[in-house]
Amino acid sequence: MNLNLKVWRQKNSKTEGRFESYQVNDISTEMSFLEMIDVLNEKLIKDGGDPIAFDHDCREGICGMCSMVIDGRPHGPWQGTTTCQLHMRAFKDGDTITIEPFRANAFPVVKDLMVNRSAFDRIIQAGGYISVNTGNAVDGNSLPIEKDNADDAFAAAACIGCGACVAACKNASAMLFVSAKVSHLALLPQGQPERKQRVTSMIAQMDKEGFGSCTNTYACEAECPKEISVMNIARLNREYLQSSLSGK
Amino acid sequence: MLDSKIPPGPLEEKWTKYKGSVRLVNPANKRKLEIIVVGTGLAGASAAASLGEMGYKVKAFCFQDSPRRAHSIAAQGGINAAKNYQNDGDSVYRLFYDTIKGGDYRAREGNVHRLAEVSTNIIDQCVAQGVPFAREYGGLLSNRSFGGTQVQRTFYAAGQTGQQLLIGAYQSLERQVALGTVEMHTRHEMIELVVIDGKARGIIARNLQTGELERHFGHAVLLCTGGYGNVFYLSTNAMGSNVTAAWKAHKKGAYFANPCFTQIHPTCIPVSGDHQSKLTLMSESLRNDGRIWVPLKQNDDRKPSDIPENERDYYLERRYPAFGNLVPRDVASRAAKERCDAGYGVGSSKQAVYLDYADAIQRYGKIEASKKNLGNVSAEEITALGKEVVKEKYGNLFNMYEKITGENPYETPMRIYPAVHYTMGGLWVDYELKTTVDGLYALGEANFSDHGANRLGASALMQGLADGYFVIPYTLGNYLSDEIGKGSISTDHPAFAEAEKNANDRINKLISINGKQTVESFHKRLGKIIWDKCGMARNADGLKQAIAEVRALREEFWSDVKIPGSIDEMNPELDKAGRVADFLELGELMCIDALERNESCGGHFREEYQTADGEALRDDSGHMFVSAWENKEVGNWVLHKENLDYEVVKPSQRSYK
Repeated sequence: MNLNLKVWRQKNSKTEGRFESYQVNDISTEMSFLEMIDVLNEKLIKDGGDPIAFDHDCREGICGMCSMVIDGRPHGPWQGTTTCQLHMRAFKDGDTITIEPFRANAFPVVKDLMVNRSAFDRIIQAGGYISVNTGNAVDGNSLPIEKDNADDAFAAAACIGCGACVAACKNASAMLFVSAKVSHLALLPQGQPERKQRVTSMIAQMDKEGFGSCTNTYACEAECPKEISVMNIARLNREYLQSSLSGK
Repeated sequence: MLDSKIPPGPLEEKWTKYKGSVRLVNPANKRKLEIIVVGTGLAGASAAASLGEMGYKVKAFCFQDSPRRAHSIAAQGGINAAKNYQNDGDSVYRLFYDTIKGGDYRAREGNVHRLAEVSTNIIDQCVAQGVPFAREYGGLLSNRSFGGTQVQRTFYAAGQTGQQLLIGAYQSLERQVALGTVEMHTRHEMIELVVIDGKARGIIARNLQTGELERHFGHAVLLCTGGYGNVFYLSTNAMGSNVTAAWKAHKKGAYFANPCFTQIHPTCIPVSGDHQSKLTLMSESLRNDGRIWVPLKQNDDRKPSDIPENERDYYLERRYPAFGNLVPRDVASRAAKERCDAGYGVGSSKQAVYLDYADAIQRYGKIEASKKNLGNVSAEEITALGKEVVKEKYGNLFNMYEKITGENPYETPMRIYPAVHYTMGGLWVDYELKTTVDGLYALGEANFSDHGANRLGASALMQGLADGYFVIPYTLGNYLSDEIGKGSISTDHPAFAEAEKNANDRINKLISINGKQTVESFHKRLGKIIWDKCGMARNADGLKQAIAEVRALREEFWSDVKIPGSIDEMNPELDKAGRVADFLELGELMCIDALERNESCGGHFREEYQTADGEALRDDSGHMFVSAWENKEVGNWVLHKENLDYEVVKPSQRSYK
């Protein structure tokens, strides 16, 4: 099939960006979305142009490196799918596809479709861990964990840190990301000793990074490629309240 | 002859004795010692975090935008540990024995036994970090089985075990970043090793965002940079996975060991066309419950559902009744290739076999019906119940298959074919994980040491974390204890200036070629040569041709590659060009190594050396050694050997029948 692309081009964070139009021909429905861009880039290079810069690595939906807003939706039209797993079956001949970077003040553009998401690393640094040095552990089975809790913790820990939740939110809030980590650790007995401190520190860092507030539109959940539940945000709010009441 | 420095004494006491007698660095001195860690996957993140916790000053580097992206994250199935929680006869010795046997007797006993010993600590450490492993209703840890073993020792978190383990290590790493013991450099790539007076003393790193070259000093340098599977172009590796850091070290004196030992994983989604940029693995855990088959008739174009049971060939169950669908990866891959080459392949390309879940769905459905006391249930209800169980166990893998192929694997068997997955070869290291350059260490997939000629499933995660959490924290001190009084070396030292100049010259040379062909096109051509002639089956004639072809391609690359953009900006094509240039050298060495090894073992299958029924034929009298290659100049290597002494296990022909 043949497609028209409108792609955001921006040299770096200091320059202004703009949309540019490209035509790609003979695209197979078997291709992934990123393979379609590979085809375009090969053509651009051969023609002496500047290929489109985009983040990607594992191309199997788990590293969280790929991003892009495709026709207004982070990671494109398929439910629960990263851009790298989106396949061209999702489009039809003659379509015009608009491709933009994730947009948020806390995610400055690096180049074209690449953004800087190091704010997420700094939120984790603020408390998204259990303080246990190597060598301190007791036997894994000495700490039975109710299966439901273990499963819920896993479901929250499945977050890939891609930032689609931020890109989807009209306030550019990072609540889904932060709540997934808070939930993961709060649901486990190992996470209890630092539970109250953790939530306050992570929220403080989130605010400091310039992410917006949560107004419960649930766009984050709808666009999350790993379908992380907004129930985690409810849990985060409870954790935060309890922590505040205890003066931590 | 290379000395692996395996401690003397009985096998099961070596590591304990080593730990008890190794030299230490006191806490006050640790603060004065700087360590560079390149790569932040399981090996790198666990090493950087652990060394930071111990008090060393660590600088860590990764080319991705965050250490959490490293490709360890894509590991699906699980991590082995000799916990024997299932009471099924597992032990440290059995894990050791299975790994040695699985590696076709080309791994070191001492290293592998240590790996099996620390495997249990890894699980405990990860649980303490909050890694949400799968659990039973009683709240205890769950296990499953994997290829090449007859016990259940694999710990897992759905089909995302690598992700959960890496996030655990990443969180520990970020905690150290917050505490100031680790300085993290993302979007940086190591492009030169700095050696001063025979010791590794730092690196030249390139800031991928600005193109700037940076000098970084370290009393020791740890390479945790993964494997080189992307030399094949198509592999299950991430797009950015590369050999560059290891290769630069190789060119500065680190020997490269067993480069021809590459693992082709049997269960991947088949290639769909020329546009293909990477291949996707379907976890080995699927072979727990799935059955692999092809039609009994050649060129059978019927739909799988139209092929009756008695016209199917469950060839793994037929050839290997004891292990069935759970034979090791090299054996399963070759068996699939054999069937497809003989004309029994399925799908439009005929380069695929079926992985079928129909039986498992029925089996689980009946168990569920009985668990729930449902009494009289219809066939449809059993199928529905069975699908639910399969979904819980393997749901994310089935979803991934459906997204990529557009087919529903709950209804129709998956089509799978082998693909490049892991590289057992890597930088040669001794028992302390030190390369042939003093002060330079290699951890995880980047070294060669523990998997011999074939790695067992769920052992890569185990080795990466063993090296990072429990080996390097001990062995590094033995070297650093001599460095205490020496202080830092200024990055103005001529060796830094020279290394930076070399790196700069090379980048300028690359960008100024301004030829006609893209980096990608060269990479694809290299991959095809290596896959065709140094892939699942190799022979002397093919390897000789491949060596000539890779050399010619390398010359063509250096005279006709086209790289857009400039060197002082974010330029992914330039980054890729540097990596492909290194693959073009490594590819030749792989073929030379494969040609030199006149035997078949593990993932290295030389067609000239096979038994009457097509199994790998080892030559223990002539090839019981590790090949370690010293680089003299581009295209010129000298072979050194490390003899493998088996003190405990008696090597025999591997049998899974």
